[in-house]
Amino acid sequence: MSILVDRTTRLLVQGITGQEGSFHARACREYGTKVVAGVTPGKGGARQDGVPVFHTVAEAVAATGANCSLIFVPPAFAADAILEAADAGVPLVVCITEGIPALDMVRVRRVLEGRETRLVGPNCPGLISPGKAKVGIMPGHIHRPGRVGVVSRSGTLTYEAVHQLTAFGLGQSTCVGIGGDPVIGTSFVDCLRLFQADPETDVVLLIGEIGGTAEEEAAAFVKAQMTKPVVGHVAGQTAPPGRRMGHAGAIIAGGAGTAVEKMAALRRAGIRVVQSPAEMGKGVAAAIARRAARARPGRRAQPSRRSSPAGAARRR
Amino acid sequence: MKIHEYQAKQILAGHGVPVPKGEVTEAPAAARAIAERLGAPVVVKAQIHAGGRGKGGGIKLARSPEEAARAASQILGMMLKTPQTGPEGQRVKRVLVEEAMAIRQELYLGVTLDRRLGLPVVMASPAGGMEIEEVAAASPEKILRAAVDPAAGLSPYVGRKLAYGLGVPAELVRPTADLILALARAYQEKDCSLAEINPLVVTGDGRVLALDAKMTFDDNALFRHPEIRELRDLDEEAPLEVEASRFGLNYIKLDGTVGCMVNGAGLAMATMDIIKLAGGAPANFLDVGGGASAEQIENAFRILMADPEVRAVLINIFGGILRCDRLAAGVIQAARALKLRVPIVIRMEGTNVAQGKQMLQESGLNFLTADSMAEAARMVVAASRERV
Repeated sequence: MSILVDRTTRLLVQGITGQEGSFHARACREYGTKVVAGVTPGKGGARQDGVPVFHTVAEAVAATGANCSLIFVPPAFAADAILEAADAGVPLVVCITEGIPALDMVRVRRVLEGRETRLVGPNCPGLISPGKAKVGIMPGHIHRPGRVGVVSRSGTLTYEAVHQLTAFGLGQSTCVGIGGDPVIGTSFVDCLRLFQADPETDVVLLIGEIGGTAEEEAAAFVKAQMTKPVVGHVAGQTAPPGRRMGHAGAIIAGGAGTAVEKMAALRRAGIRVVQSPAEMGKGVAAAIARRAARARPGRRAQPSRRSSPAGAARRR
Repeated sequence: MKIHEYQAKQILAGHGVPVPKGEVTEAPAAARAIAERLGAPVVVKAQIHAGGRGKGGGIKLARSPEEAARAASQILGMMLKTPQTGPEGQRVKRVLVEEAMAIRQELYLGVTLDRRLGLPVVMASPAGGMEIEEVAAASPEKILRAAVDPAAGLSPYVGRKLAYGLGVPAELVRPTADLILALARAYQEKDCSLAEINPLVVTGDGRVLALDAKMTFDDNALFRHPEIRELRDLDEEAPLEVEASRFGLNYIKLDGTVGCMVNGAGLAMATMDIIKLAGGAPANFLDVGGGASAEQIENAFRILMADPEVRAVLINIFGGILRCDRLAAGVIQAARALKLRVPIVIRMEGTNVAQGKQMLQESGLNFLTADSMAEAARMVVAASRERV
């Protein structure tokens, strides 16, 4: 398995005729993703690198059976593009666009409440299930298929983490960039829940950063509901308070949202916290080794707090 | 984006929030004239973006127009130091001269984005005049909250409920509720990230008004508010940061000695962190973005080097869309254009990395290259100590 995207993903790209949209639509297809449609209002009937282009998302879905949308629409129009995809019944909408007004996302989130559509992002690199499908802007070649789930608020720091994992021979089930904005569609908790339920994910690497309370919420969820090991890292340990560190959501406001608090919350939940960004891969490898040692036959069978039914079934 | 108190009050007044009568000026003589028009006593308030102005001597009570002129001449031009300015302080260019009033009650009112809910939230507290974070830490039960629906806005009954909760006199519940609604409307219509009235006061003569006001705006929404964009005061921002913003670069000056240039905000923060873990101190945050051109890299380099504290530079790029060969070309171009006065450590990974490394090697320029973040951090921290 994997989560959210796989070989059944039929991708449509909103903004496919733009510079970024066309470039990344090609890169997704080269990776093996089925890119079935593009949408650019006013350019319906055209083809972009062989992919049929439609005026509206509804038409594109009706004609091609697209079940996932990737959005490269400028910030002023991106909220509208997300709502259009949701209205057309697209179950997974991934919005790459950076710079969407926060109050636009407030409205979007309100409209999406109670609907079937899941939004990932905005201001994110997208997601990839290595060897199956890439729905995003990450460099595909650094990934390897495997059993580590990765979820992160960052883009390039996620690539760094994946690079480290791959160097340790640790492949990934799915890597999700949830985005660096203050209001986003899919949270850490949503992804952790999916990874916990995914029989092909053994361990999760969670990469947080300063600002907000998403890491604290993730910690509470891990403590209450996860049996799979989670390794955590928080970027921005040296960030000054009150300054926005690139991402709209990365700001220590009123003394809250510091890396120190977040790392402490993660540790309290039993998460292995890696302080150095150079040791994320090593941290995951250590978590796997510990888990393997626990499960090794020949040792006295101990009831492991962390063993899941899925994990137990797979162990020989 | 931040604005001054007097600007925030003008915006809020336009949305129906009562504010004290007052005028802003850059000259002591004008302060006297304003005080004469308003009638003494007046309050003379330094207009800088940082909070905590009163403690630093930036707010003075004047009992006569002469005193107002004297207070203005003391405040104007001073380097005002507050806990929120740097140690050198911030130069005061303008003062707001306002009617002084007897205060019966000091309250807190603010609207901000609740990220967990994904909604703006009004916070109201009878503990006015204090930082809301202190109230939240010491007595959280004193903070009343109400979420603002993006479509319906804040309903009048919610305004009344908060007004009753604040404990204002019965005859002021209606005007207070109206004021709360007006603040929430201003927050939504102007795309604020914070709209705060602290303190909101009940005066001796039975009025409720915004004695102080602070508004910050969502940078991502400024494209649809040209009138707000015009209020930006570049004198309140660090010169190098203003320069960087002209080229679409995200630069924040810090007080260390190791400059860094990174693509992506998360990796940029992580690079600062690993410099610290290696025993150094980052001189800045600098995110050149995902698709930086050779020209942008050169500008980034120039801005980094303009900081005299920088003793060594770490370039950490994970090439995705930004390919390593393009980065290398930009760095080589920049290094040739600007004389390199400090050691440069480059760590690249990702798309076309071999090609990029080869270009750096063949450039004949004296770059140090590293294969991992940890190695790069060790090298740059060591280099920053060698040359002084």
